This record gives sequence, C-alpha cells and structure tokens, in this order.
Amino acid sequence: MMSSVKPLIPDDDAARLASAFSRRGFMGAGVAGGLMATPLFAAGTAHAQDAGAAEITVDQARTAPIPIVLPSLGGGVAQQITDVISADLGNCGLFRPISASMPQGTPPFATYKSMGARAVMTGKVVEQGSSLRVEFRLWDVLTAKQLQGTAYTAASQDWRRIAHVIADVIYSRLLGEQGYFNSRIAYIARSGPRARQVTRLAIMDQDGADSRYLTNGQWLTLTPRFNPANSELAFMSYANYRPRVYLFNLNTGQQRLLGDFTGISFAPRFAPNGQSVILSVTRGSGSDIFVVDLATMARRQITSSGAIDTSPSYSPDGSQIVFNSDRGGSQQLYIMNASGGDAKRISYGHGRYGSPVWSPRGDLIAFSRIANGTFSLGVMAPDGTGERILTQGFTVETPTFCPNGRVLAFCRQSAAGANGAGFATGINTIDITGFHERALPAGSSSDPAWSGLNK
Amino acid sequence: MKLKLFGAAGLALFLAACSDHANKNANTGAATQQQVGPVPGSEADLVATAGDRVLFALNQNTLSSDAKATLDKQAAWLAKYPQVHVQIAGNCDDRGTEEYNIALGERRANAAHDYLVAKGVDASRITTISYGKDRPTAVGDDEASWAQNRNAITAVQ
Repeated sequence: MMSSVKPLIPDDDAARLASAFSRRGFMGAGVAGGLMATPLFAAGTAHAQDAGAAEITVDQARTAPIPIVLPSLGGGVAQQITDVISADLGNCGLFRPISASMPQGTPPFATYKSMGARAVMTGKVVEQGSSLRVEFRLWDVLTAKQLQGTAYTAASQDWRRIAHVIADVIYSRLLGEQGYFNSRIAYIARSGPRARQVTRLAIMDQDGADSRYLTNGQWLTLTPRFNPANSELAFMSYANYRPRVYLFNLNTGQQRLLGDFTGISFAPRFAPNGQSVILSVTRGSGSDIFVVDLATMARRQITSSGAIDTSPSYSPDGSQIVFNSDRGGSQQLYIMNASGGDAKRISYGHGRYGSPVWSPRGDLIAFSRIANGTFSLGVMAPDGTGERILTQGFTVETPTFCPNGRVLAFCRQSAAGANGAGFATGINTIDITGFHERALPAGSSSDPAWSGLNK
Repeated sequence: MKLKLFGAAGLALFLAACSDHANKNANTGAATQQQVGPVPGSEADLVATAGDRVLFALNQNTLSSDAKATLDKQAAWLAKYPQVHVQIAGNCDDRGTEEYNIALGERRANAAHDYLVAKGVDASRITTISYGKDRPTAVGDDEASWAQNRNAITAVQ
C-alpha cells in the first residue's frame, strides 16, 4: 500500500538548503570541477622537487609536533586562508605552527632552521573576479628543497575548502599519510529543555565552521550517517510519530523513507560500496539486522536472534560487520560475516559494550563501554584484543572515525543536577591514542558522523 | 499535537504526584468545566483510574508486581472504554547507548503491550513506540531520576 520511497513532510529549511546546495555545490557531485589544481615547479635551483617519503611519522609527531613556519598569505581572505591552515595543523596536535611574514624570494632557510622549524609554507592569493587563485609551496627547511608546489583555483566562496586542501597536502607531505581536513561532520543540533529537546539534522566542516541545519526540528531526529560519496545521509526521524530511517540527499535537500518496515527502523550505516544500507528493525522484544539494497529496495535479514541486535558497522572491505547484541544476556560486541551466519563475541572487559564503529583503516573498532554507571570510549582490534580506553566520562558515545582513521569524534555529555541544570552535550575529538582531546565549536550537539574526504 | 497532549499528561502526573486527591480533582476538574473529575475515557481518567506508566529495573523489561497491578487496572479501564486506542511509549535512563536504548525502550513498551493483550485487550487498539533515552520524565542524573525514566507510558490516542 505504501510506496517504499516517500517524501518526508515539506520542510522550509530543507527547501532553503536545497537552493543553497545547488548554488554552492559544496558537497558530493556538485563539487566536481570546483577546485582546479595545477603544479608549480620549484623556483630557482633546477626542478628540485623532493618526492621522497616523509621522514616523520604520526607517532613521532604526537610527542614532538612538527614546527612549521606559516607566513601570512596576505590580507583579507588571504589571511583567513592562512588562519584556517594554521588552525587545522595546530588543532590536530601533530604540528606547531609558527607565524612569520612572507619572505621575498628564496625563503631564509637558515633563519627558520635556527628557530627549530622543519618546514615552511610560502605562497600568495590572487583574487580574480569571483574566483581565487592560491599559489602554495611547501619547503623542507633542512634540505632547502621544495616538497610541493601547486596553484589552486576555485570560486571565492570556496576559500575554506582551498585552505583545508592545502592543510591536507602539508599533512600528507610531512607525515606520509592522507590528511582529513577537507571533510565534514554531520550531527544532531540540540536545543531546549532536556525533557523535550529540539533536534535538528545539521552539518558543518570538520573544524566546526560553516554549520547549518538540514531539518527544522519539528521531529525527533537522530544518528546521521554519510554515504561513501558524501552526497547522502541516512538518519532516523520520528516524523509522524513513526520512527524510521530516512535518506537525506545533500545535493537536492530531498528526503525519502528507506524501506517500509513494520517495526522501528534505526541504526543505519551505508555499505562501503554505497549500494546498500544496513540497519536494525525492532521485532517483539528484540531487533534484527537487515540490509536494504538502494537500487531495488529489496531487504535481506541477516540476524534473527530474538535479542536486541543493533548498531551494525561494516569493515572497510565490506566483508564483515561488527554490531552489539544482548543475546548472551548483556550488551556486547560481536563480529559476523556481512552475509550473516555465526557471530563471534569480541568484547570481554568489565561492563556493557555498544555503538561500535569500524575504522576506515580496518585495524580498529571504536566503542563505548558502560561500567558502574560511567561511560568509557575505547578501541580494540577486530579480534577483540588490545582493548584501550581513550577517555571516560558521564557519557562518551557514538564514536566516528575521521577519513584517515587517526582521530575520533564523539558525543560527550555531563550529568545533570536534580533540576536538569548542569547537563551539557557536545562533540569532542580525540586522537586514537587517547592524546589531544578537544571540543568542537558545535554548540549543544550529539551524534557526530564524519564524512569521507570531500571529492 | 499528539506530543503536546502527551506532555500535558506527564504534567498531570507530576501534579498528581505532588498534590493530594482533592487538589488533583480540582486541577482536572477545572479543565473539564462542571464535571467532577476527569472526562471518562480520557487520558486524565486513565491516569487517575489506573495510572499511565509502569517502571522497570536497570536494563530490564520484566514486569514487577506493581507494574502488573497497574496494567491490570489499565486493562480493566480499556475494557470499560472499548473505543479508546492507546500508544505505549517505552523509555530508558541515560546509562545506555543511544541505539541500544531505542530497542530497549521498544522491548519495555512491548512487555506492557503483551501483558494488556494477554488480559484481553484487542491488540489492534495498542501501538508501541520507543524514545530510547531522548524523552526523560525526570531531568536529573541520579538513581531516583533514572528509576522514573525506565518506563512504559500508556497514552490515549
């Protein structure tokens, strides 16, 4: 009777956003062609661009952040771009930005070396009508060689994106790993009294900038999750008092129901190939895990334990899932083939385990553990070994990995007093070693979901 | 609209909890004009006659003897008003993870649902929903608040 694809109720904010998306095209396919990169050959001495491997590892940079000279690229938007690059590198904890004035001609490497710097950025910003050209060079201070030279051209309004791309290039050239600054975080913005919080689907850059609402807060809305193309969110909405999973198209602002289940559908995550969504559906006194094919809307049930099976998350190759279940009596983590079959319990520490998520590197599963009324956020290997607690608190949950797997964002909440005062909910980030926890400027918020790198 | 009604019911319960019977009747009576006491078959009537909620232990969906006594009264009340439909909302304290608690709340709502059906209430008159830990009755974070927030609340539709 009910079609499997159905628009959600009209939403003014979504409509306004849809026009914003088509105008700016900053997510998904709309971005293609928006940013042009051309190589800049090394100035002066031959073409001495050093393509060698980075000498410093992430592990080393954690204990000794890399000193890097970041001269101002100029005034106005050029200064703003400089500030964003500096904030990205400084806030990740692996770099120590040093401000300076832009050198004329060959950078004074000896001076930088005496300051202890390992690298220096040079460049300039040229405003060309409604577009920007940012010339950027990265130099190794010790060898006095250019590591990278690129000119980026994009619409002026995309200046933040250029800055994040440059910060990612610096990260990748100096640490030998892909960066994660050109990415976004979807989340739930919260407002109002605790007993009846207004919840809005929202999205921001990974640094908390450019935050915007995607829904108007009429219905309780939870757990956004990106598709691999960063063009769609799966999320849960209580629209019309029927809590179910919906899809939100970030290019058009359109929403549609995902499947039409009898029970509550919740806990969605996209498969790594983007072609299906795994979710759970309540049935009787438990919940089962299903996979919904996005092309055909065909569903396949992969657990039927009779217990609560939920929070499924795929391994990056899509071959396995981790989920939590109370089939053994208490809520614990299990691993299973993505097609179903026998599940193997992997969590054996003290307490209950939930909200597991598989690292994009494949090597870790992050989770929440609850013991003695307190939450811990931790990681373990997919076979259950090597459990490490990264941070603890009244509530620390819903971890989500940044695109390179080095950092987690999560929701941290404080306990309320008897009248509800003192309750706070926000999004923090932390390195997977437990180093460098910091709060994102997202206001009252929860349910972070990190995108992949913007395309 | 529906949620506003639900909120009003919660408020009514609070008023009932901190006032004597005379006051409670005065409160609900004021809203129903000349009538003494709540409108028969209304949410307020359910609250006054049977109680609208049952409480659960940590991580449990087992019905206590108190809970069964409340549900027995709800079943009798529903037998008296066969035209009334209800929705049972399951809720959790905030000492669990978000997604697990959605299923746990539904499990609690289902426990109440199944008990009422076993007592003869037509299943087609009862729907269930779960708000997980997102609609706490008591906004504090202490044992007393958590005990109140582990519930299944029956609301007239």
